[in-house]
Amino acid sequence: MPDLLIELFSEEIPARMQAKATSDLKRLVTDGLVEAGLTYASAGAFSTPRRLTLSVEGLLDQSPTTREERKGPRADAPDKAVEGFLRGAGLTRDRLELRGTPKGDVLFAVIERPGRPAAQIVAEVLEATIRNFPWPKSMRWGSGTLRWVRPLHSILCILSSEDGTQAVPLTVDGIVAGDATEGHRFMAPGRFSVLNFEDYAAKLKRSFVMLDPVERAEAIWNDATNLAFAQGVDVVEDKGLLAEVAGLVEWPVVLMGGIGADYLDLPSEVLQSSMKEHQKFFSVRGKNAKIAKFITVANRETSDNGATILAGNEKVLSARLADAKFFWENDLRTIHDVGLEGMAKPLAEVTFHNKLGTVADKIARVEALAREIGPLVGAKPDLAAEAARVCKADLASEMVYEFPELQGVMGKYYAEAAGHDDGVPEACAEHYSPLGPNDDVPTNPISIAVALADKIDTLTGFWAIDEKPTGSKDPFALRRAALGVIRLVLEKGISIEIAPILGARISGHLGRTKGGERVAASLNAAHALAELGRPREAKTLYEDEQSAGVPKPGSEHEDQVLEEIRTKPVNLVSFLHDRLKVYLRDRGVRHDIIDASIAMPQNDDLTLLVKRAEALSETLKTDDGENLIQGFKRANNILTQAEEADGVEYSYGAEVKFAETEEERALFGALDAAEAKIKPAMEAQDFTAAMTAMAALRGPIDAFFEAVKINTDNQTVRRNRLNLLHRIRKICLSVADLTKLEG
Amino acid sequence: MTDTPRSFQEIILRLQSYWAAKGCVVLQPYDMEVGAGTFHPATTLRSLGTQPWSAAYVQPSRRPTDGRYGDSPNRWQHYYQYQVIIKPSPPNLQDLYLGSLEAIGIDMELHDIRFVEDDWESPTLGAWGLGWEVWCDGMEVSQFTYFQQVGGHDCHPVSGELTYGLERLAMYILGHDDGNEMPFNDPKCPIPLTYGDVFREAEAQYARWNFDVADTDLLLQHFKDAEAECARILEQPAVDPKVGRRIVMAQPAYDQCIKASHIFNLLDARGVISVTERQAYIGRVRALAKRCADAFVQTPAGGWAA
Repeated sequence: MPDLLIELFSEEIPARMQAKATSDLKRLVTDGLVEAGLTYASAGAFSTPRRLTLSVEGLLDQSPTTREERKGPRADAPDKAVEGFLRGAGLTRDRLELRGTPKGDVLFAVIERPGRPAAQIVAEVLEATIRNFPWPKSMRWGSGTLRWVRPLHSILCILSSEDGTQAVPLTVDGIVAGDATEGHRFMAPGRFSVLNFEDYAAKLKRSFVMLDPVERAEAIWNDATNLAFAQGVDVVEDKGLLAEVAGLVEWPVVLMGGIGADYLDLPSEVLQSSMKEHQKFFSVRGKNAKIAKFITVANRETSDNGATILAGNEKVLSARLADAKFFWENDLRTIHDVGLEGMAKPLAEVTFHNKLGTVADKIARVEALAREIGPLVGAKPDLAAEAARVCKADLASEMVYEFPELQGVMGKYYAEAAGHDDGVPEACAEHYSPLGPNDDVPTNPISIAVALADKIDTLTGFWAIDEKPTGSKDPFALRRAALGVIRLVLEKGISIEIAPILGARISGHLGRTKGGERVAASLNAAHALAELGRPREAKTLYEDEQSAGVPKPGSEHEDQVLEEIRTKPVNLVSFLHDRLKVYLRDRGVRHDIIDASIAMPQNDDLTLLVKRAEALSETLKTDDGENLIQGFKRANNILTQAEEADGVEYSYGAEVKFAETEEERALFGALDAAEAKIKPAMEAQDFTAAMTAMAALRGPIDAFFEAVKINTDNQTVRRNRLNLLHRIRKICLSVADLTKLEG
Repeated sequence: MTDTPRSFQEIILRLQSYWAAKGCVVLQPYDMEVGAGTFHPATTLRSLGTQPWSAAYVQPSRRPTDGRYGDSPNRWQHYYQYQVIIKPSPPNLQDLYLGSLEAIGIDMELHDIRFVEDDWESPTLGAWGLGWEVWCDGMEVSQFTYFQQVGGHDCHPVSGELTYGLERLAMYILGHDDGNEMPFNDPKCPIPLTYGDVFREAEAQYARWNFDVADTDLLLQHFKDAEAECARILEQPAVDPKVGRRIVMAQPAYDQCIKASHIFNLLDARGVISVTERQAYIGRVRALAKRCADAFVQTPAGGWAA
């Protein structure tokens, strides 16, 4: 069984694309081979900046012969039908077999496809792979038409076995495949032939190419940590940077350099950003935990042991840091002269979104909302408002203009420099959090208030102007904002009914974006809130708007705005529910359990909703819980059928005096007992207690169904039993909508 | 050992001879204000159409917002780019480029040269390409681009473009951290002059004019004039009624596009263009560039044949 070795040698492949390209090459080629009947034992793929390599071991040397039998028309069928069959089978009439069947003589085609040699299949599969390779961005070059990520220079494609090595005959857009490749661009120029994968990897190593990106990353990390250890310093770990750097070199050489004394006092994030983003340097911390040095990874060894390379890198870094220091000092001067609010002034000229005003407008909205939310999350309203007012000031700083990734972090330094305290500087840094499913959620209440306010303003704003995410398109990162709201609320156990907040904000946005219809918007927001079941908030909003001197409605678009104000908050809440489902599903909560909880009242209090879902989830894990659901479903089905058939609702209340059996009486007793426990538990929002009480019904319900027949001839008894089922349904549904559960 | 150049101009001269030896037409700078060497018609227009092309030139470039009154060690509103454009891009373009670095004194045995992903896009020219920024010991010394589209036209064949930032490259080779201090001519000659001697005062003058004095109303009018003239030129019939021959005036029209682009940069430096307007202005220049590209492919140099 031969081994296959493929190498696609090109000009430098962007580091960030290498990992996916490697797995794509493996998948496309091996899938293609298997589809053509060539199975294999194992496969491995590798990449360097200049090559993608695939090694397939234990390949069949030819595909197996296949035999297919097709049943055709009867022998006496019209010629047209037979011709059609022959065309489909690719045979001539004399190749058909005539077989007697119970339905008469029928024509059969036996199509035999002989196996094909591996080389032929490999050539076809590789050509198709190259021509259809899923690069995120590809290009043409020279006069050719082939597309690749950068110009493709050579193709190595060999089959090797004990009998020797065979180059697979293949030409793609003028590139003739062969058995040769190149080593390191500078340290070992020139081409060489290889016999098989072992020979290839060994010769590459001799030619200063480390083929395996994992090996390169490990080598870099080992050398870096050893170098740092020897000097009593620590390399700051950064897996993303390590992978990227490993994709920039074929022969990693780790060098450690110094940072000019003038720059060591810059905030460490500034040093790290300058070094990482522009130079791909690792940061190195000294004994006092401050950034003291850097590590760079060169792509070659030199006779001066990297002295020239290091000197050059230090020079470049100094120039970068001189810029950073210049920005830092300018920003501090601005804060000294005009404060953080003064620094934020230019944000009044920066558009946030053309329908949602400037960044300054957004800040004003977030400030109002943070003040409102503050007390709900344990933050002083004035401090939350102060933090909201300055949290985006750093967007107008020179440092953040130059290093956008430092937004927030610089805000904290600048807020401190401006004399803010009491959690305000932290809020500047943390109000963007959380940014994804796994990063930290802030703990400082002021940060939480501003973070929630910022995200809610974004969500409601874009909802108001109909810029919702669709499919894979989410240009304003609204899914991330929704997840942020969910994580802040859940992980801090914050109980807020969010619908009225969203409703009021959406109506506010609509009021602004629809210009003159502010009037209708604000007044109708009250209606909307009323419809969301918030009469109290509706009244307050109405009164606030009136006292603010908003005139009476009367605009021609009133109806449309009214409609939008009614539907958009509801729609946004269900968007949050959708994101919540994704979030909880990743944490192992079944989607039907979430649905059963969403169907209950107060579902806009996400913390409450999740408590309910978790309690239900726990209950379902117990034997009693699971069986109770079956009992409930049985009760519900019988009841629903009876109600549909009889056209009545059996909610008159069952009476124990009509009970005929011991089991029936016992169920009455159990329902009374359960109800007595569930009601106070639900009022205290103790879902676990409520569901435990409910699960205790399992025994009596099972026994009841065992002992009695619901649809008995005695109509009084039947009605009473149906009314009893109704009681079961009512009690069970008071905890969660169990009808949504599957299975 | 590679022998190191001694002055800024020696680096330019070596690049000129190197690329001349590789067969490039060595052109002189385009005689208009441009923001980058790419704007030279030898690049923008000649990268269109099927005709082979190979040129190298220095292009003085102006970026008014980069002005620092001559006080910055590495930023000037007027600076030099060295530009090489070859169509179709030869298979050994990377090697040719590395050869040029050796020619200007960069010893490949001691330095670390890297090709780091950097895709190029010019929204004003409606152009984009894929390639790299080339690093020498962590410093970006060139842009290397395979043009995929220019003026909205797909490039067939593809041109390879190399752009060297001459000041930065020279500072590195000559070992000067302050660009104004680097020798422009041979420091051992009778009248040695530094880069600062040549440009510093002019930098201050232009910075003052660019940032505070340029008449914005007049510039806005010039922008409109250039736009109108570009359109008017392109509306003329292909055949010149006087000489009776087909003369599509792509390049005179393109001059107006270059003008509009530079006037936009001046207005930007004067701070009179808001964020939203910015996009609109860029779109207007791009529209001109596209029409000029459309016209160029109607000329013999652009591959048009009757």
